Amino acid sequence: MSAALAEAPPETRVHYLNADYGIKSWLLTTDHKRIALLYLASITLMFFVGGFMAVLMRIHLIEPAGALVHPDTFNKLFTMHGVSMIFFFLIPSIPAVLGNFLVPLMVGAKDLAFPRINLLSWYVFIVGAALTLTAIVSGGVDTGWTFYTPYSTTYANSQVMLTALGVFVSGFSSILTGLNFIVTIHKMRAPGLTWFRMPLFLWAIYATSIIQVLGTPVVAIAIFLVGLERLFHVGIFDPAVGGDPILFQHLFWFYSHPAVYIMILPGMGVISEIITCFSRKKVFGYHFVAFSSMAIAVISFLVWGHHMFVTGMSVYAALIFSVLSFLVAIPSAIKVFNWTATLYQGSISYQAPMLYALGFIGLFTMGGLTGLFLASLATDVHLNGTYFIVAHFHYIMVGGAVMAYLGGIHFWWPKITGRMYPDTWARLAAAIVFIGFNLTFFPQFMLGYLGMPRRYATYPAEFQVLNVMSSAGASILGLGYLIPLIYLVWSIRYGPIAPANPWRAKGLEWETSSPPPTQNFDVPPVVREGAYAYGPPGSELEGAHD
Amino acid sequence: MSTHVVPVRVYVTVFVCLMVLTATTVSVAYVNLGAFNTLVALTIAVSKMLLVVTFFMHVRYSSALTKVMIAAGVIWLMLLMAFTLADTGTRNIPLQPEGWGEATVAPSTNR
Amino acid sequence: MTEASAAHTAEHPPYLAHHFTDIEQQNESGTLGMWLFLLTEIMFFGGLFATYAVYRLKYFEGFHEGSHHLSVQFGALNTAVLIGSSLTMALAVRSAQLGRRKAIILFLILTMVLGVLFIGIKLNFEWSADYHEGLIPWMGFHVEGANAAAVRLFFCFYFFMTGLHALHMVIGLGIMCVLLRMAAKGRFDSGYFAPVEITGLYWHFVDIIWIFLFPLLYLMGGRY
Repeated sequence: MSAALAEAPPETRVHYLNADYGIKSWLLTTDHKRIALLYLASITLMFFVGGFMAVLMRIHLIEPAGALVHPDTFNKLFTMHGVSMIFFFLIPSIPAVLGNFLVPLMVGAKDLAFPRINLLSWYVFIVGAALTLTAIVSGGVDTGWTFYTPYSTTYANSQVMLTALGVFVSGFSSILTGLNFIVTIHKMRAPGLTWFRMPLFLWAIYATSIIQVLGTPVVAIAIFLVGLERLFHVGIFDPAVGGDPILFQHLFWFYSHPAVYIMILPGMGVISEIITCFSRKKVFGYHFVAFSSMAIAVISFLVWGHHMFVTGMSVYAALIFSVLSFLVAIPSAIKVFNWTATLYQGSISYQAPMLYALGFIGLFTMGGLTGLFLASLATDVHLNGTYFIVAHFHYIMVGGAVMAYLGGIHFWWPKITGRMYPDTWARLAAAIVFIGFNLTFFPQFMLGYLGMPRRYATYPAEFQVLNVMSSAGASILGLGYLIPLIYLVWSIRYGPIAPANPWRAKGLEWETSSPPPTQNFDVPPVVREGAYAYGPPGSELEGAHD
Repeated sequence: MSTHVVPVRVYVTVFVCLMVLTATTVSVAYVNLGAFNTLVALTIAVSKMLLVVTFFMHVRYSSALTKVMIAAGVIWLMLLMAFTLADTGTRNIPLQPEGWGEATVAPSTNR
Repeated sequence: MTEASAAHTAEHPPYLAHHFTDIEQQNESGTLGMWLFLLTEIMFFGGLFATYAVYRLKYFEGFHEGSHHLSVQFGALNTAVLIGSSLTMALAVRSAQLGRRKAIILFLILTMVLGVLFIGIKLNFEWSADYHEGLIPWMGFHVEGANAAAVRLFFCFYFFMTGLHALHMVIGLGIMCVLLRMAAKGRFDSGYFAPVEITGLYWHFVDIIWIFLFPLLYLMGGRY
């Protein structure tokens, strides 16, 4: 059902990249596709800022007594690594880059519901990032990205206010993005695109947006109170004056636990798109996957106490949180089973996006399973505060979310830029990332189990071998991230020109040219089939439009 | 978006009800009802909110989606409060009732 | 106007943004967007309410003592003022639905007057009195007694919550200035009044926050 695709060569065809030139046309754009690229540039910068800090930490931890920096600086490194990676890379990444680019295309609309608010969200993000970068270069923050009280409110002498302000501001960007997506998906779907014909990426983005809208304001108020406390010393979180420091953690984690689902759900959406395309099969159990995204959005708000098991909180509340934390694993497991069933008897090909997706399934599963040890009170008492936690969340965030992000970037790169990247280099980079990642973080599970505490600048000598292994892995992982940066940028100018649908994938975004015109579709689309209508191999239904 | 135009008398009636409820909540506050003072005050506040939401904010004439969203917002806030209070309210309950022997884990000293 | 552009305007009114297919979609999207924003405000204020609730239960006597320092008369007066401004705002939206330019302007101005009155009463009669009685925690706080620390905490919440609420009111008044200008220029008619309706939603929400703040801060535990 392809409309007449403008297949004139990109140099003569007008599309969103060459429709207008000049810096004003980018900085004042309301085109969701250009805004997605603005975000791409900004979050890539923040990724390498956070990555640089990780590199410094891993170099420092080569020696038990610390090889590089003063312990106070080490505290600042892990804090700023967490802040930049979580608030300024992971949370925006897939929603603000891939979501912004794809949501209007996937629903068959010309733009998001509120294009100017979309641009505003980017500027708000930039302000937040600028404040945080200023904090980094003017002394840094050493409270941990978690800003635990009363250290952050009463005793820390670092740039707490500036960083808190930066994070507070960036929260508004997240809220505005989520709001835009919810309204777009509700109100702007093309004729024939019912909820259960939508690609699963849209379900994932929808669920993520719900979390963003309901959760972010609470961490905003938590940070707001920390700032007020620092200014006025009123004793809200200071036990010396009758305050309850655990209360801060309730407000903080009420958002920050669902936040981890903000970071992983969109990735899961990407995986659904990639797995179906590269096994030429419709997804197994579409409804289960769609509803599991919604279930995750709801249940994720009921488990935050598992971050606080060892704080002295009520054991009875802890029991409730523990049971619910076991429950929240179920919808994620459903997705993994369904992806695996989708692969079964599929016609599988191993291009770079598929390598990232397969890596995701394995590594996310490992990360998720290790979460169960942490949900169990008895084992969490021993594992909390150790490298086991660090390994657990990096398996999900890096082995999961970042791999999904890279897979998605590669999958939709031809659509976004109109160019193909060199596939051999891409596959090589994916393999390097996989190897480097496991070498970095698997030893950390062992370190945690053996008792090495996290956020410590020094450690007992018997842990050195595993630490050196981890640092060696980190250098390989870093290389794995640098390679795509190089060839992706190279491909914008020199890569072969991409057709409208290089992967022969299903989905409205593939029904328009690569890159798309500013208004997305030359003819407004009408949807007549469900998602992933990949037929039996070799049939005419196999998505044979080139 | 409601294209339904609400008659002025409906708005004025709601306004009068809100004023009456305000006067009620103030006068009841001066009566000693013990623990019920709080309950009455909150009940009146919720009623006033429902009047504003239903009539001034046109939710009476709005779609089911709008109603679901408002309900979701209220429920989420209740979740935040309920689970937080579940912690702060049960911190000092001993693990073993009196007369069962020494508890091996001391109750939290975190008031 | 040429025939072509007249036809274009007829099927594509000037207030319809190009990415929407029709004015209904635009209006419904705008309203849905504002409701979602109000949802975030419920959670934002809600976080403060939750913290207040925890401390109120923990320091029952001190907070009770603290609320006794507040003037129920001025609180009740302000409640009436704000509810009145909700009425005038609802009437402003209604006037916009009916395309009555002068009525929109009148009711918007009334709403703004009542809003300014609310803030004026707060500043002049409540907060300045609090300052003189030494009740502002970071500006010469002096309260004696066994519950002094809890009273101080109560007043922190009082000022944070009413201050945040007042900030939201000021923002609302600013938005109404813009609306006033648009109304004066005749931008609203029965086909296009979404900005007024959406601002109305915001203002009513600000009213609802106060509907809860008043009993929670002024009347909790009774004033007998």
